[in-house]
Amino acid sequence: MSNNDSKKTLSLQERLEKNIWALVLATAMVVSVGGIVEIVPLFYLKTTFEDQVHPEYEELAGVRPYHALELIGRDIYQREGCYLCHSQMIRPFRDEKDRYGHYSLAVESKYDHPFQWGSKRTGPDLARVGGKYSDDWHIQHLRDPRSLVPESVMPRYPWLDDELVDGFDIQKRMKAMKVIGVPYTDEQIHAAAAEVEGKTEMAALVAYLQVLGTMIQFEPGRDYRD
Amino acid sequence: MQAEQHQYSFEVVKWFVYMSVVYLVIGTGIGVWIAAELAWPDLNFDNPYISFGRLRPLHTNAVIFAFGGSTLMATAFYIVQRTSHVRLWSDKLAWFTFWGWNLVILGAVITLPLGITQSKEYAELEWPLDILISAVWLAYTFNFIMTLSVRRVSHIYVANWFFLAMMIMVTYLHVVNSLAIPVSFWKSYSIFAGVQDAMIQWWWGHNAVGFFLTAGFLGIMYYFVPKQANRPVYSYRLSVIHFWGLTFGYVWLGAHHLQYTALPDWTGSLGAAISLAMIIPSWGGAINGLFTLSGAWDKLRTDYTLRFLVVSLAFYAMSTFEGPVMSSKTVNALSHYTDWTIGHVHAGALGWVGMISIGAIYHMVERLWDTKIYSVNLVNLHFWMATIGTAMYIIAMWVSGIMQGLMWRAYDDYGNLTYTFVESVAQMHPYYALRTVGGFLFFLGAVVMLFNITITIRKVATNPANKMSHVAGI
Repeated sequence: MSNNDSKKTLSLQERLEKNIWALVLATAMVVSVGGIVEIVPLFYLKTTFEDQVHPEYEELAGVRPYHALELIGRDIYQREGCYLCHSQMIRPFRDEKDRYGHYSLAVESKYDHPFQWGSKRTGPDLARVGGKYSDDWHIQHLRDPRSLVPESVMPRYPWLDDELVDGFDIQKRMKAMKVIGVPYTDEQIHAAAAEVEGKTEMAALVAYLQVLGTMIQFEPGRDYRD
Repeated sequence: MQAEQHQYSFEVVKWFVYMSVVYLVIGTGIGVWIAAELAWPDLNFDNPYISFGRLRPLHTNAVIFAFGGSTLMATAFYIVQRTSHVRLWSDKLAWFTFWGWNLVILGAVITLPLGITQSKEYAELEWPLDILISAVWLAYTFNFIMTLSVRRVSHIYVANWFFLAMMIMVTYLHVVNSLAIPVSFWKSYSIFAGVQDAMIQWWWGHNAVGFFLTAGFLGIMYYFVPKQANRPVYSYRLSVIHFWGLTFGYVWLGAHHLQYTALPDWTGSLGAAISLAMIIPSWGGAINGLFTLSGAWDKLRTDYTLRFLVVSLAFYAMSTFEGPVMSSKTVNALSHYTDWTIGHVHAGALGWVGMISIGAIYHMVERLWDTKIYSVNLVNLHFWMATIGTAMYIIAMWVSGIMQGLMWRAYDDYGNLTYTFVESVAQMHPYYALRTVGGFLFFLGAVVMLFNITITIRKVATNPANKMSHVAGI
């Protein structure tokens, strides 16, 4: 068709259609642009993290790596696929503030490998569930959600009571986290095995839930996002 | 046809075609089950291996990668040979692709119910399986490119461009998004954290949709719609615009999954802006497909395979309009986190990807096995089950999604939230039940398809007289 338009000179499109290697190269370049523009700046723009924009906000330094038991709990949270029904990302809307609390900051998930923001709220957001209910409430709720919330559609997790956590394994996990930049000290890793000894998976998951969203003590009236 | 059977390597294509129908049944079957779990939570049976959180990744992996992947591999190998007039560059690599891919799927079926997961949506498989995926994917891509490089026609046909873009982009996405530090054989941590990990995940997540489930299936559209309608593609120029617009633009859209989150505002807004612009190439492509039928619309009365292809294009147009609408900030504020997203995905997955694949498979079965389908009436029955099932599913999720969004933000006259969260959960029950019924109908259609195709193949295998070439006396 395009032969009729340009009998003498081949258009670029036509050259690509006749040369597979040129087409591979052109396509490989075109599909890489969007990702580079959107992802790479996030690693060096200091506006990505609130504590770099506002170093004077001391409360932002409260974000710390998860303690051993909390980290085990987080791994169980992922294993059971909790992130498929619960988000951990509060948006800056009035109703979300009233329902869940202060909107989430980027700095709050800086040690989350991988992130757990979620994409769906079949159940409520959990970004600030820490401290909202007692440990006993959580244990009862995980064993049998409908005994506390009759309309709930959450599965029961009775098997979390049956398994003890592995102290040796958590040390390996913390060491791996350290390699990718989570600032665990050697003392913390060393003490981890003793810390979690005899704990059930249930205790670990509850420890994780109870720390969610509690690391920053927000100053009322302060604007954390410009 | 006989000569063609020898000229091209179609044996591996046959296996991919058959497995993709098997995986369609399995993947949608698991989908129906987990849909039922949300409507009637006692169906979790307090059993870890079938609880919703572990089966949902198995459902998504089974439909996207087992069914979708097998279809893409079958069609790419089929199309590249026919449009290049040459046999696959390497039969051995093609068989490696087949067994390797099925090994990955077997790995998913075992590991996901055990809770072995990287917890990144649609990229849940752990690092040993990720490495296997990379090897298989590169074998698939390399074989495809090399086949094109030895083609006997001067131009590379448009369907192949789309497959090529899909293969290249999925390579990028899979490698970057799966970068992780292993702790043990079945546990690793993403090397990225928080906001950067989120952006990389949704760059992957949206392009699993945009390239794996769209570009690849557009390759299917550009070959099978003209073939089945026996008409040339409506507009060459439109396909050029469609191709470059889509390959450049789709990559940016991931950020619209993260609007109003802790991701910097510029990234989400950029994603939303490009999302709106994507209506142009997407509708260009849909129009290109539909107008290919100009002058052949009467065929829809009798050709059930063509019906699947045409309805798939209607769903493609519908979901590529719905997507940009949902990515605009105002709508996203309401729709994000709700079932509307699930409905949107299934409009694309059942309506577009499912229907175009089913159409292509019915088309290929008759040609690969050199026969007629066992029952045309069953194809027609399948068509109506799939269409009605998809419509029920989408409508249920539209209603439940918008209702969730509205209930969550409702305030009473005194400035208090009107509803507790769990009140919105309780309201969802009828729609979750309706979704299960719609999904079950789609699943039953897939079972009918598997039956119809199995009988067709068996009739040829047991009695070669059923071959078309024999019937026609060639």
